[in-house]
Amino acid sequence: MEYEIKLDVFEGPLDLLLHLIRKNEVDIFDIPIASITDQYLEYLEIMKAMNMDVAGDFLVMASTLVHIKSRMLLPDNSEGDDQEDPRMEITRPLLEYMAFKGVSEELNKRPLLEREIFARGFQAEAEDIALPAEAPLSVSIFQLMDAFKRLIERSLPSEALTFRSEDWSIAERMEYIMERLREKTALFFEDLFGENKTIAECIATFLALLELVNRGLLIVFQPGPENRIQLMAVPEGSRA
Amino acid sequence: MDRGILPLIIEALIFSSEKSVSPKELAGWITGFSEAEIREAIEELKKYYDSAGRSFSLREVAGGFQFCTASQFAPFILRMLRASPARLSRAAMETLAMVAYKQPVLRQEIERLRGVDSGGVLRLLMEKDLIRIMGRKNLPGRPLLYGTTKRFLEVFDLKDLDSLPKLKEIKELDEGN
Repeated sequence: MEYEIKLDVFEGPLDLLLHLIRKNEVDIFDIPIASITDQYLEYLEIMKAMNMDVAGDFLVMASTLVHIKSRMLLPDNSEGDDQEDPRMEITRPLLEYMAFKGVSEELNKRPLLEREIFARGFQAEAEDIALPAEAPLSVSIFQLMDAFKRLIERSLPSEALTFRSEDWSIAERMEYIMERLREKTALFFEDLFGENKTIAECIATFLALLELVNRGLLIVFQPGPENRIQLMAVPEGSRA
Repeated sequence: MDRGILPLIIEALIFSSEKSVSPKELAGWITGFSEAEIREAIEELKKYYDSAGRSFSLREVAGGFQFCTASQFAPFILRMLRASPARLSRAAMETLAMVAYKQPVLRQEIERLRGVDSGGVLRLLMEKDLIRIMGRKNLPGRPLLYGTTKRFLEVFDLKDLDSLPKLKEIKELDEGN
């Protein structure tokens, strides 16, 4: 039997915890740790069942919760009541997170430059990305590789050999691509590489792109044979 | 030079500039008037535009002045520019707020606060020129310290960092939610 589950998207473990606390209408200073932990783990199970990538951060929080739960069950041997409530270990970061969430919402309500208000001399990046009206030509891995090769040849003429430490990873590039697609519905293939400086970094970006396609988070297409290759995030609802 | 023409000179300069201009810069271009006189004239101009019922006003931001349109005209301007409004995702907004309040701040601290890896978001914010690298912390590995840019103040209509909305008292926030 097949059924669909509608999942809210959480930025991270704190976001999920906050959601559970609000949903259960409990006091953040008196979190019913057993029930919240169970619900949290249940949620992780659903994520796994849906083949969603459960990031390590979610698992770390799960172990913290279980640990707190076990400490709550142990009898308190200490003299007096100077021992801190084990739940503070999550209450404190939650409060901090809520404070920042609050100001970020407040900042977002301000009239922002180039969203609500405009100054002179503003040059918009013209949005000439066309979303396909009908079934677009799909792009094969080979076409992608070709496009990537052209890009590398065009943008990196330098023969100079320089060594420097790199501070990117494929995981980071994946996050970066998805982040850009969250702000814009579609991107040109080349746009992803505009700011990359080294071949190695371009390769990391390219591998990240392939990985995202593989996970079904992204589609790559070409509206027509003469058009540039474009990327689009797969809408949340229709992800495999 | 006649003091009466001063506001008009300032108006001409701000109007023709693509960037915001500070009273100090103006004082360098307009000789014969002090910075205080120039500030005074700017105030006159500001009041004039605020009461004239125009579609734009003179805005003070990040230590400078520039003409900006009012929010209600955004849909028309966006149509003209064939652009969609500049947006930031929730993750980007939260990260930006943390950098703004905690600067100079390490990526590690941001990740502790958010509970998730934040490299990609920081990179995006750097690309949008909203945050910058302020230096390195004297710790093993010399990690990078992040802070906000002048552009951040411009985008969020802030005179300076002190004009950021106050981080609400934690208790108050708790009751509010």
